[in-house]
Amino acid sequence: MTTAVAGGRASADLAGFRRVQRLAYECAKAVAARLRPGVTEREAARMQREWLRERGVSDWFHMPFAWFGDRTAFVDFRVPLQFFPTSRRLEPGMPFILDMAPVYEGYTADIGYSGSLGPNPLQHRLMADLEAHRELILREVRERRSLREIYEDVDRLMVRQGYANRHRAYPFGVIAHKVDRVRERRFSPRLFGFGTQALKGLASDALHGHREGWSPLWSPYRFSDHPPRPGLWAVEPHLGFRGTGAKFEEILVVTDSRDPEESAFWLDDDLPHVRRWAEDE
Amino acid sequence: MTLQGARERWVRTGGVELCVAELGDPARPTVVLVHGYPDSKEVWSEVAARLAGRFHVVLYDVRGHGRSSAPRPLRGGFTLEKLTDDFLAVVDAVSPGRPVHLVGHDWGSVQSWEFVTVKRTEGRIASFTSMSGPSLDHFGHWINKRVQRPTPRRVGQLLGQGAKSWYVYLLHTPKLPELAWRGPLGKRWPRLLERVEKVPPGDYPTSSLPEDAAHGVWLYRDNVRARLRRPRTDAYAHAPVQLITPAGDAFLSERLYDELELWAPRLTRRTLPAGHWIPRTRPDQVSAWIEEFVTSVEGGRPRPEASGRYSDRFGGQLVLVTGAGSGIGRATAFAFAEAGARVVAVDRDPESAVRTAELARLLGAPEAWAETVDVTDEQAMEKLAEKVRTELGVVDVLVNNAGIGLSGGFFDTTTDDWRAVLDVNLWGVIHGCRVFGKQMSERGQGGHIVNIASAAAYQPSRALPAYSTSKAAVLMLSECLRAELAGEDIGVTALCPGLVNTNITSTARFAGVDSEEEARRQKRTARLYGLRNYPPERVADAVLRAVVRNEAVVPVTPEARAAHVLSRFSPRVLRALARMRPPV
Repeated sequence: MTTAVAGGRASADLAGFRRVQRLAYECAKAVAARLRPGVTEREAARMQREWLRERGVSDWFHMPFAWFGDRTAFVDFRVPLQFFPTSRRLEPGMPFILDMAPVYEGYTADIGYSGSLGPNPLQHRLMADLEAHRELILREVRERRSLREIYEDVDRLMVRQGYANRHRAYPFGVIAHKVDRVRERRFSPRLFGFGTQALKGLASDALHGHREGWSPLWSPYRFSDHPPRPGLWAVEPHLGFRGTGAKFEEILVVTDSRDPEESAFWLDDDLPHVRRWAEDE
Repeated sequence: MTLQGARERWVRTGGVELCVAELGDPARPTVVLVHGYPDSKEVWSEVAARLAGRFHVVLYDVRGHGRSSAPRPLRGGFTLEKLTDDFLAVVDAVSPGRPVHLVGHDWGSVQSWEFVTVKRTEGRIASFTSMSGPSLDHFGHWINKRVQRPTPRRVGQLLGQGAKSWYVYLLHTPKLPELAWRGPLGKRWPRLLERVEKVPPGDYPTSSLPEDAAHGVWLYRDNVRARLRRPRTDAYAHAPVQLITPAGDAFLSERLYDELELWAPRLTRRTLPAGHWIPRTRPDQVSAWIEEFVTSVEGGRPRPEASGRYSDRFGGQLVLVTGAGSGIGRATAFAFAEAGARVVAVDRDPESAVRTAELARLLGAPEAWAETVDVTDEQAMEKLAEKVRTELGVVDVLVNNAGIGLSGGFFDTTTDDWRAVLDVNLWGVIHGCRVFGKQMSERGQGGHIVNIASAAAYQPSRALPAYSTSKAAVLMLSECLRAELAGEDIGVTALCPGLVNTNITSTARFAGVDSEEEARRQKRTARLYGLRNYPPERVADAVLRAVVRNEAVVPVTPEARAAHVLSRFSPRVLRALARMRPPV
């Protein structure tokens, strides 16, 4: 895996992405351990921001999000502003999701971490059922199925499991989007919580893609009706079940290799949710 | 009168002698049942028999009622203070070392509120289940609040309850009530209860009724005016309270209990669609709730955790859903689970039924089972009904949801296609109503049947002749059954969802095209329904609401509602729409 080349990307590059993804998951675990009853979403978002700033993160793909309670399933979300952290307070047993996308040494990560404050069997079940989605996505990407088809297969699996697809609520209904290296600038303003450098990268990808017939957004729409494009994809299947939501988000590396094993792989298999599935077995 | 196997004893207190009956093992937790007006302890005979297996059940005739003697003089002999003395005397006799679980109906509940809110009974009462009898003190505060700040809504509530209390004014007239009870009213009362309150005939009321009723008038005269004029300000319950409210109570408004949480902080609410005499008309449900509550207070089981909107109504009820492996059926099973119902998920695909049951338990259903049955199979349905009755009890809510889609012109639809769609969509519903509806009817304690029809039941279409026919039949079947079962308090609802995003589209059959074209159309229709994206969860909410409100025909999506209105006021528009070729 270390020898893999992603769209002409050197393994040193992958190591950089892996480093920032690990850092982000470290942050999620540290903040999750500090959550107490009464903490608000805004405070949880600030905790993530500060933790990462202290460790050298100065730019973001997007600012950290935190969702508590039924907001983890995006219940009654109509406008994108509702994604931003609110003054909702955490209560015992409540599910929560931390979602952050720091840029570190020019590498971007975008991760999602789901948990609950104390035991919540339902949330635990949802998390366990996400494992099948991680397998399904990798398998079908290796088969070079069209992204739109894979999206629909994930959808069907969720329905079969009895859940609702909640990544549909994200902008453009995406289950994944491309991430890339970002030029480090001293000044990087943010637009609605998204870093302008990262947005610039996404926009230029979108422009290229539009000419060549692909899109950096992995959606249920026609513009995603193409085989997986080499590069790094932050994949975020999000399950919702009546007021409880769960997701993971991590980077999938897609290459133009002919060997199926090399053609797509998860950037890192040593992540909290993967470890938890292994422990549960 | 029959309290079979009851041990009797007499308790002397304050110049009267009380007749006390006991059932069940005295080592078990004690449940004391207090009767109302005009009744005697025999009003509890059905409930007591059901509780006796698990508890030490104690009943007594309130002073002046049944076989207990009446105080002399009657005036001033029925004050709540004296009734509290009686209660303490009985409790000391039957359960000296251990607090008791109190259950009151009507005036039994009114006096029990006094028991549970006065200091001297603290530590003697473990829990209290109240039915159709508010605390006079709470009632007094309720009235005062509305008189002092009369907003239109509050005035409405006041007038509403004022009208329901007509008999209270009559009972305050001197002599007349006694004459009426000892004369014609006492004679006609059993028939009246049967006709108006649907109390099943039998050995209740007892022959002591005229005397009970004549003495019991003093319950009102001794307490009502005094307490309502000067309600106690410290009437806080010192034990957990379960409030069971019959929604169809002719004498008490549901609004009376709006602010009850102020007085009873540990309150569990239960609602059921029934009249005033629920210990006679709904003994199964009443005893199930008493058992659940007492057991949870005793610490044997955790308190019910259901958080759903209608958990007061469906908590502990048995709900059976067909086609529960996907779509609307699954969402409905989940919605009932969230409301705390026990759910039986029936589907012909075992895996998805098991999955539904599993998630239902996680959502808050105390119990959930999966059954693999094809609704078209009459014998399998009968077997299922027998199994459910013997192992789980009579179904309270039945949802006939299983259905399949079939599209294609009339001449493209083969007779086999017709048979397939009628077998599932119509015969499945008929079998369900027959086997489970019959059980409900035989039990005689109400229930509800929801049949999932479709907007296609009243919206004709050239593309769906067979499907629409089957659904129209379901609609009419539901209406007829509703008429037939209304007298038995069994509601029947036909639900007409409209375009809902479920997998019915990807399993639907398209007649008259080859399998490749069929797959293409399935996919296309699925996408179309996906774009419409009306979630099955909202249909499930409509199911629960329809049961709670006992609605007859419920169109769900906006287009289904629009078509329903058009079908009544300008059917020609629908006929014109029916001619349009669907996009394929």
